[in-house]
Parts: sequence; structure tokens; C-alpha cells
Amino acid sequence: MGSLLLVTIQVDMHDQLALTLQDDLTARIVRDRAHGVLIDISALDVVDSFIGRMLGNIASMARVLDAETVVVGMRPSVAITLVELGLSLPGIRTALNVDRGMELLRAGAPGDIASDGPKES
Amino acid sequence: MTKTRLPEIISRNESDLLNEWVRLQNEVLAGRGDRISDHQLRANSQNFLRILSAALSQGAGSDITAREWTSMRDLLTEFSRQRVSQGFSPSETAIFVFSFKQPLFVRIGKEYANDKQAFEGEVWTATELLDKLGLYTVEAFQKTREDVILRQQQEMLELSTPVVELWTGVLALPLIGTLDSERTQIVMQNLLQGIVDKTADLAIIDITGVPTVDTLVAQHLLKTVAAARLMGADCIISGIRPQIAQTIIHLGVDLAGVLTKATLADAFRLALKKKNLTIGA
Repeated sequence: MGSLLLVTIQVDMHDQLALTLQDDLTARIVRDRAHGVLIDISALDVVDSFIGRMLGNIASMARVLDAETVVVGMRPSVAITLVELGLSLPGIRTALNVDRGMELLRAGAPGDIASDGPKES
Repeated sequence: MTKTRLPEIISRNESDLLNEWVRLQNEVLAGRGDRISDHQLRANSQNFLRILSAALSQGAGSDITAREWTSMRDLLTEFSRQRVSQGFSPSETAIFVFSFKQPLFVRIGKEYANDKQAFEGEVWTATELLDKLGLYTVEAFQKTREDVILRQQQEMLELSTPVVELWTGVLALPLIGTLDSERTQIVMQNLLQGIVDKTADLAIIDITGVPTVDTLVAQHLLKTVAAARLMGADCIISGIRPQIAQTIIHLGVDLAGVLTKATLADAFRLALKKKNLTIGA
């Protein structure tokens, strides 16, 4: 089992979906003893404060379970929107794409993370 | 008020009026002959006269926004645009219309030599009309100039925000001039797009060319840094001049979370170090 989880968000998030995601993700982190979570939001072209808060929550939950979260693939327009909304996601690490995100997680915790690639979630 | 006989007076004395008017304009514009040819001046004046008498004979009043004056407005707008591009001043442009008064009034005077009251009425009609046309010319002149300024502003926006790649994955963003919110928006977009295009993870924002930093500018800078961070790129702010460092601290702007360097060279050195690169001596 690898110790990185990859979450790809491809549909519009709403409350119920976000709660389901939080449930699934925390369960998987515990079950797989994951040390890193990659959230790929490259398919999102609209964000609101809700999604910003959700990302923050997921990162905090993962941190409690000793997993590092990296948000990857944010589009320029999304980044500008989040900043204008005053949400600069201070607790979350970010990377340009999945590869960079994985490098970041591996470099951040050498020895902790196996190198056999991410798992789809 | 009796019906105005202006169109009749104008068409009867057309060539005299034209000659005298062009002569007057040339007097005023003496020494500017290099900018506008006599031929062009005459053509403009002739057009003006033709359209004026046409509009008047259609019964157009002194309300120059009326439909009858459409072609006159077009003529004056076009004329003002020409004058702007030829580098004339507003008064040199307005004199085109105003200098027509003298020759016209002389003709009106001759026409009503025996009727003082009618003369006054006619002169008033003509003055009112010509004043409005003159003012319209100045307004059109002003508007053309404003368009030029607006266009230049946009060109400046596009020109002054280049994103350059200093090294593989290291971008530099030299900022020149004051940062307002509109420019910050463009700077941000360019930088973020650059980060995507070059898959960069480091960006150096150089503010050597930013004359002053107030709280608003600082806030814009911080926003840009935050947006770049969301895209996974670290930012280094460089080119901070001593006065600006002092201002930032006096204003209480918190730059604690941002890497800052005094010069672009230092920032570049830091960037290379972060990427584990060294330059051999």
C-alpha cells in the first residue's frame, strides 16, 4: 500500500459532497496509514468561499491524523478569486501539478513515504 | 422673432465670406502653416459654410443637438480629430468657428443697414449658434485627447508588466511605476499565467521601479504573493530601496511571511540556492 492519497475534484462541490469527501478521506488516511494527501483541483474553474473553507478543513483534519496536505493544479483565475475573497489558505501547502506535489511530499518527510506512487481515491 | 435670413446672406456672399474667413484664420494661425495647408483650411471652411447654410435653410434652430445638425457635428468632430493629430491647441482649434463671426457680422450689418432692431436680432441668432458650434468643437477636441490618453494608459498597462524567465523555473517580474488595483490585477494574471506556462516554482518580484509604496500598494503586493503561493510558487520581493523599507515599517505593513531582498542579484542568488544550483566562478 502506498502512503499518498490523491483526491481529484472534478464536480462542483456542495455541502453533502464535501461531508462525504471528508468522511471518506479521513477513513482512508487511517486505513492506509497515509502520510500525504494530494488534492487535485485542476478541473475546478469556479470557486467560492465554501470550497476554500472545505480545503482548509480537510487539511486540518489530515494534519490531526499526521498526514500532510498539498493542494495542486490550481488555475490562475481560481487563485486570484481566492485571494480576492481573502482566503489565502495559510495552513495548506500548494504545488503547480501532481508531480510537483508528490516531490514536495516526499522531500518533506524523507523515509516516511514509500516511493511506489499515489493511490486513487 | 422674424425668420432668420442667415442662409440667404451666407449663400449670396459665399465666396467673399470664405476668402475673408480663411484670411482671418491664417492670421491667427500665422507660423503654423507647416501643420496645415492653405488648401486644407479652405476645404474645411467651404464644407462648414455649405453645411451651415444647408442646415439653416432646413429651418434648424440654435439647438445643435437637433437632427438637422448631424452632418455639422460630424464635420466638427472630424475636424477636431485632425487638429489633435496635427498638434494644435484647443484655442487654435476653436478659432476656426469663432473667426467666422467677424466676416459674417459685417455682411449682416450691410444687409440690415436701415433696421437696427432686425440687425441686433440676427446678430444674436448668429452669435448664439456659432458659440455653440465653437464649444462643440472644443468638446470634440477634448474628447479626442481623452481617447488618446485612455489608449496610452492601456498600452502602458500592457507594456509595463513583462514576466521573464531568469532560469528554469525561476521567473522575474520587474515592476515599473505605481501599482493600482487595476494594474495589480494584470500583474497577477501575467505572473500566474507565467507560472503555469513555464512550470515555475519561484518568482522574484522586483520593485526597484515602484516609486512609492503605501498600504494599498503593499496590500496588492501581498495579494500577488498569496496568489502565486496558491499556485505552488514561492515569491521573493526584491529591489526594496531604503526609503521604502522605512515607509513599510512606519505604515505597519506586515511582510513577515514574505521573503525580501534588497537587490535583484541577492534574490536571484537565493533562488538558485533554493533550487540547489551554484554558479561557478
